[in-house]
Amino acid sequence: MPYIPHTDEDIAAMLEAVGTPSVSDLFTMIPAECRAGKDLDLPANLTEWELKDHMGALAEMTAREPEYTIFLGAGSYRHYVPESLTHILNRTEFVTSYTPYQPELSQGTLQAIYEYQTLMARLLGMEISNASLYDGASALAEALLMAARVTKRKTVALSNLIHPFYRDVVRTYLEPSGHEIIEISAGENGTTDCASLDNVDELAAVALQSPNFFGCIEALAQAADLAHKKQALFITVFTEPLAYGLYKNPGSLGADIVCGEGQSLGISQSFGGPGLGMFATKMEYVRHMPGRLVGRTKDVDGRDGYVLTLATREQHIRRGKATSNICTNNSLCALAATVYLASLGATGMRDLARLNYDKTEYLKELFRKARFEIPFPKPTFNEFVVKMPAGSESIYKRMLEKGIVAGLPLDPYYPELTDHYLLCVTEVISKEDMDALVTEAKS
Amino acid sequence: MSTFTGTTGLVHNEGSLWKRGKRGRRAYSQPRRDVDTHPLDETLISEGVDLPDLSELDVVRHFTRLSQCNFSVDSGMYPLGSCTMKYNPKINEKLAALPGFSAAHPLLPSLLAQGILRIMHELETWLCEITGMDAATLQPAAGAQGELTGMLLMHAYHAGMGSRRTKIIVPDTAHGTNPASAALCGYQPVPVASNERGILSPDAIAAVMDEETAGIMVTNPNTLGLFEENIRDIADIVHAKGGLLYGDGANMNALMGIVRPGDIGIDIIHLNLHKTFSTPHGGGGPGSGPVCVKENLAPYLPVPRVIEEKGKYHLSQDQPRSIGRVQAFYGNVGVMLKAYCYIRTMGAEGLKQASQMAVLNANYIKEKLKGSLYLPYDVPCMHECVFSDKLQNPFKVSTLDMVKRLMDLGFHPPTIYFPLVVPGAIMIEPTETESKEEIDLFIEAMKSICREASENPGLLHEAPLKCKVRRLDETMAARHPCLAG
Repeated sequence: MPYIPHTDEDIAAMLEAVGTPSVSDLFTMIPAECRAGKDLDLPANLTEWELKDHMGALAEMTAREPEYTIFLGAGSYRHYVPESLTHILNRTEFVTSYTPYQPELSQGTLQAIYEYQTLMARLLGMEISNASLYDGASALAEALLMAARVTKRKTVALSNLIHPFYRDVVRTYLEPSGHEIIEISAGENGTTDCASLDNVDELAAVALQSPNFFGCIEALAQAADLAHKKQALFITVFTEPLAYGLYKNPGSLGADIVCGEGQSLGISQSFGGPGLGMFATKMEYVRHMPGRLVGRTKDVDGRDGYVLTLATREQHIRRGKATSNICTNNSLCALAATVYLASLGATGMRDLARLNYDKTEYLKELFRKARFEIPFPKPTFNEFVVKMPAGSESIYKRMLEKGIVAGLPLDPYYPELTDHYLLCVTEVISKEDMDALVTEAKS
Repeated sequence: MSTFTGTTGLVHNEGSLWKRGKRGRRAYSQPRRDVDTHPLDETLISEGVDLPDLSELDVVRHFTRLSQCNFSVDSGMYPLGSCTMKYNPKINEKLAALPGFSAAHPLLPSLLAQGILRIMHELETWLCEITGMDAATLQPAAGAQGELTGMLLMHAYHAGMGSRRTKIIVPDTAHGTNPASAALCGYQPVPVASNERGILSPDAIAAVMDEETAGIMVTNPNTLGLFEENIRDIADIVHAKGGLLYGDGANMNALMGIVRPGDIGIDIIHLNLHKTFSTPHGGGGPGSGPVCVKENLAPYLPVPRVIEEKGKYHLSQDQPRSIGRVQAFYGNVGVMLKAYCYIRTMGAEGLKQASQMAVLNANYIKEKLKGSLYLPYDVPCMHECVFSDKLQNPFKVSTLDMVKRLMDLGFHPPTIYFPLVVPGAIMIEPTETESKEEIDLFIEAMKSICREASENPGLLHEAPLKCKVRRLDETMAARHPCLAG
């Protein structure tokens, strides 16, 4: 078998040392009634040659560029990933190492995480970031649980313009332990109308997404004021952090916890995972924060070094009383985000965000000229909603056959929005792609 | 004495990323602008993010140097018990990165992603076959999220039966995540001690199992590397009171093709694809923690579920009793692809052989080091063995001192001070991919350290001497947290 180095001679010598007559005798401590009665029923094994052919054929069954132009976003974004990033990310010293439990042998991973924490704090305008969580949705659930711990309250309010899947994950995480979830409805302009919270008290948190699910920029500062008047924590979630290359970040607008999905920062889409759960907050809440943390310190000779720290919040020490059950982070994805931001730099990040903005505005303008309705007037980033003519399903299908995935139909998530589509444009979509989309939509 | 691979060679002193570079540089090629600029609402616009501007060589050099400050499976033996650091096949990395997989948008219409959906469906089927279960979800992003999913399933199951239970039995040999996952779901963890042989006795379970208890979380083989031989009796006791058995499958690497947890009374089990199925750990993730269940729990599995109908695959949301989503999309597909490749390459016989050799390697180390290190439970072990520092304590040498010295000789330390039931524990898991020669070298290194412990304990207190940094001040890091630069 590949990957198993034992020769018959090795096995014989080792069995002799162990004092066991045969390999199957190694398992005599397992009672006979617990042992599998037959061999596993799995397909015959493939050679590396056969595996390549098999996987290659399955990979070819996915729609992707250049045969398809895909205007889908909704929490997963296609951005150009520099080859240098892919090269660094494939270095096996990063890929095949483990959680840095032994700092003297893990300074590479530890320093990279420390740099990730620093860049994320700067990007989001917060004092501290953790070492990453699984994905944006579970990060939001953890943020709400943290707010409940901090405020000792059990009710949280969520904008219904937070990604529908994120709200699903929040329900899964919070409801069994008796937390109550209030949904804040959207106003007609495509942003959240917090007025419905006026008479609600005893809130642990108010959470908004910005840019929200419709791509619109929310009035975060006003929502933060409202939350703080109610002694609740204000949480901002996001699915597209590149927006903060252009727009003010949530920290500068009063957020207490900022969390979301970092896939946009140099991580491949991979059918939705792995992603990168980003999570940042204020120093005063550090001991309530879920997830790992890396801190800077000194060794016995006075040299700088990095260690996992504040572990007394964590499950391996506090067991049932830990801040969360999270035992790991998405380290390699955090590394990708760090390398991505380092590659862009301040200048590149602003330029790229601006290009994304301008391209989106170009497509909006095309739709407007073609007399399609853009129902939500608020400023957007990357994504916006367009209303197609009645019976749009057939237009959508026709475009699909021509290799255009014309955004995400919104009615499964917002039944009142029939014929509304969420479209996404990033730097990888060309002017010609957009022209072709609108020409097809019109015809 | 042999030459060990530890070295004093090239050691980088790499400064912070943001101290490099100069305004105006970039390491990113932006596509040519083909649209005009559009006016902005200036009240919403920031001054920009405080990031360094670097050249491509700046970036490549910085992270290459950092990578060289890391120990990894590809640089040497990494016998972290319970973490299963086996070799990660390179072909799997390459295949998972094929554009047809890596560039797939998760919201594509199902018909445009049939290859990926088929892989997910087959992987679920195979994981069920390996564990002896009936249905699976691949959604949890890590073992701990798999545990949480398992607890949520248990909660939903009891709620579905109209009962509200408040407690979960968690043995002292369980992973620390077990009680934390139970607590997150609103359960009160009830600790139970293992017996003098390091395993659970049915009497201990019978004494605490009642109608208020939702079930038990069992790690089998447990964290002492021992098989829970009373598992069937324990299952009967728990089932008789309406409870469920949760199996922590983190140690499944010992059991493939040998024991199917579903056949011995387990109702729910999570697997760590990054342990048992050879996907790399990435410096601490992404992992993947699928959950397999018996038929009666299948209706509660997270949505969406991958459904096959007449050779076509789609994602179904139509599961009224589901606990809901645990991830925004479908889990860590990139990781699943590598595990799929691994199972396809190994086949039934290969997986069984992997478990056999993992157990042989662990028992070989146990026999060879017994006497040099104290062995608290001298019985045949599964894929890992647990020693302690009891024989070195008279020389004022601790487990920590010994494993720090191991670094100087070129090995990553084993897991230490875990499980909690063994004071000064050293938990070694060689995995099946280490050869006899490498293991012999490891044994020799450990023995030489044990000799040093009695002859020159000062050397061990000073260790490591050959790493990039020496022992780090963790107290200072925690008392005066410096978490960003």
